[in-house]
Amino acid sequence: MSTEVHQADSEVQALGRGAKGLRGTVVSVGQNPAGSAGDADAFDDELERRLLEIGFVEGAQVEILHEGFWGRDPIAVKVDDTSVAIRRREANAILVRVSKASDADPQGGSRV
Amino acid sequence: MSEVMARELRVALAGNPNCGKTALFNALTGSHQKVANYPGVTVERKEGGFTTPAGRQVVAIDLPGTYGLRGRSPDEVVTRDAILGKLEGEIRPDLLICVADATNLRLSLRLVFELKNCGIPILLALNMYDIAEYRGIKIDAEGMSREIGIPVVTTVAISNDGTAALLQKVDELAALKQTVQPAVWREQSAEDVRASHHAAEQIIGRFVKASAAADDWTRRIDNVLLHPVAGIVILLAVLFLIFQAVFSWAAPFMDLIKAGFDAIAVLIRSSLPEGMLSSLLADGIVAGVGAVVVFLPQIMILFFFIILLEDFGYMARAAFLMDRVIGGVGLHGRSFIPLLSSFACAIPGIMATRVIENRRQRLATIMIAPLMTCSARIPVYTLIIAAFVPDRSVGGFINLQGLVMFGLYAAGIISAFAVAFVFRHFVWKGKSEPFIMELPGYKRPRVQSVLMGVLQRAFVFLRRAGTIILAMMILIWFLSTVPGAPEGASGPAINYSFAGIIGHALQPILAPIGFNWQIAIALIPGLAAREVAVGALATVYAVAGQGDAAREALGATIGGQWSLATALALLAWYVFAPQCASTLAVVKRETASWKWPVVMFIYMMALAYIAAFIVFQTARVMGG
Repeated sequence: MSTEVHQADSEVQALGRGAKGLRGTVVSVGQNPAGSAGDADAFDDELERRLLEIGFVEGAQVEILHEGFWGRDPIAVKVDDTSVAIRRREANAILVRVSKASDADPQGGSRV
Repeated sequence: MSEVMARELRVALAGNPNCGKTALFNALTGSHQKVANYPGVTVERKEGGFTTPAGRQVVAIDLPGTYGLRGRSPDEVVTRDAILGKLEGEIRPDLLICVADATNLRLSLRLVFELKNCGIPILLALNMYDIAEYRGIKIDAEGMSREIGIPVVTTVAISNDGTAALLQKVDELAALKQTVQPAVWREQSAEDVRASHHAAEQIIGRFVKASAAADDWTRRIDNVLLHPVAGIVILLAVLFLIFQAVFSWAAPFMDLIKAGFDAIAVLIRSSLPEGMLSSLLADGIVAGVGAVVVFLPQIMILFFFIILLEDFGYMARAAFLMDRVIGGVGLHGRSFIPLLSSFACAIPGIMATRVIENRRQRLATIMIAPLMTCSARIPVYTLIIAAFVPDRSVGGFINLQGLVMFGLYAAGIISAFAVAFVFRHFVWKGKSEPFIMELPGYKRPRVQSVLMGVLQRAFVFLRRAGTIILAMMILIWFLSTVPGAPEGASGPAINYSFAGIIGHALQPILAPIGFNWQIAIALIPGLAAREVAVGALATVYAVAGQGDAAREALGATIGGQWSLATALALLAWYVFAPQCASTLAVVKRETASWKWPVVMFIYMMALAYIAAFIVFQTARVMGG
């Protein structure tokens, strides 16, 4: 398993906030990320297990391949060898260490 | 023990969705398959038989695909309970074949670690091994087998001898006469899932050598099909093509079926003396069942496309593209296919909801499925439109009749979304369910398996027509025929039957929406299937003749007798009215309670009455 990400300055962010082209490594699943207070009930044990079962496990390599038309939601994510469609809301329960922010925007910003 | 040895070996196929499990099942059993439902639930149960090289009789069942045994949807509960031996009326299998996609082993291996401890001997089949080899993936099956402690074979479901290794291993395992242990399964915690992931990861690290060549084709195709703009345009084009095919390709076959049933009815009338028996057989059974079976070509064409696109891998993409649209009313990308099917007929649509994991989500989809304009409404719509809407163009290029037809379809879709919104926001409040769905790699569909799937759907539909729908038709015939007309009566016989009595009694209630007693009577046999109302109207108005001539005569008759307001009100009524006893019966079976069909009947009836009332009164004020 190649989980090590060497850059010291690489940032950790919620997968649901990423833009198309984002690449990174999953660092935690099922944690309530900062900045989405009020959504706490979405990050329950059931969601955590579903995410794990479909391959979002710590150490997995992820890449955002596609975004939906309306509100750029849902997103299609490559998780190791599997492609998964997921809403941004649920993808926010996945924290990734970013190795490449996006295709278009090197700053890694995106509207959500 | 001797009892176990005496009967044939029972194997069950389990695996992730999209692992090629059904293709492998088809390869093993060929056309020797039985499709039924598990008792009490409407999860499809596929069983098939085959003989191993050693001459052993094997009964195989194809369990619904799953990522784990937690049983989130009715499908997944069946898989879990069948494996644990808790499924009523189902013998616990002697051997479990866990089918894995050799090109994507991670999730399958994780499932293997969960299934391994369930008490049933297990065999891992690395399926689609040819594609894995083509992509340069090298798997050390022997090493993997040693490490996990279960037999591992490679399979290619689509080639002739691709299952040879599997069959041989089944023989070897059967000869060992391993006994099935009591189930020791407990629900996995998140930590258990993580642990099994790590175990799978280590196996892959040690025994799988992947080259860098990933599935480039899937990626390239997705760049077009999932493009935010092009993807939606293509989806709409695909839907348009399907609709075009369903309605134009099916027409000659539907005419043929109609002619066939008409001929049988004529034969019965001419060979039996006139009387109740002749009427029951010709008008009740043959005409009634014929009225439903006539939709078979449309259903088969629709399912041909759905299964084709499903096997290709496109349906998951359609769900992805549509998720935001139907998610806005609290539904889910997965509701898309059931709702699409409902345009042919709500019955297959409602049956297709079983892939939806969440019960509320599934109920909401079931409740709105009959609002999609099914093809049984079309004869009613075309009759009224042809009689009342002038055949001229609007703005030079849009046909007015076509525009009205389009408006009726749109009214169905919009009201379905509104009803779903009400259900999801007022009846079942609470957070929306997560949408998490694998996008499988694209695969070339196999003609044989697509055709087999279509034939199975057709069979299921025909079986329903032969049982529940037949019973309903006999009841409706009874209401429309008994008691017979008195001696020397003028007017059609239906006028004196129970349907006539009920129709006359209902007429005062239906007067505010502009329905006369003839319509009121026709609505009762019309409960059998919506388009039966057309035939019933012909009976009430005593229009003689068969086929198109009768329809034209009927159109002329109602064109002379109804006001435009009445005609429009009847169209509005048909957008909403639960004029289909078969749908209600299927809802009862799907939800295993009378509550939901009753709720459906009441809400649709209320909407129909309100809509027809508004249309009738408005049209009258405007001078219609």
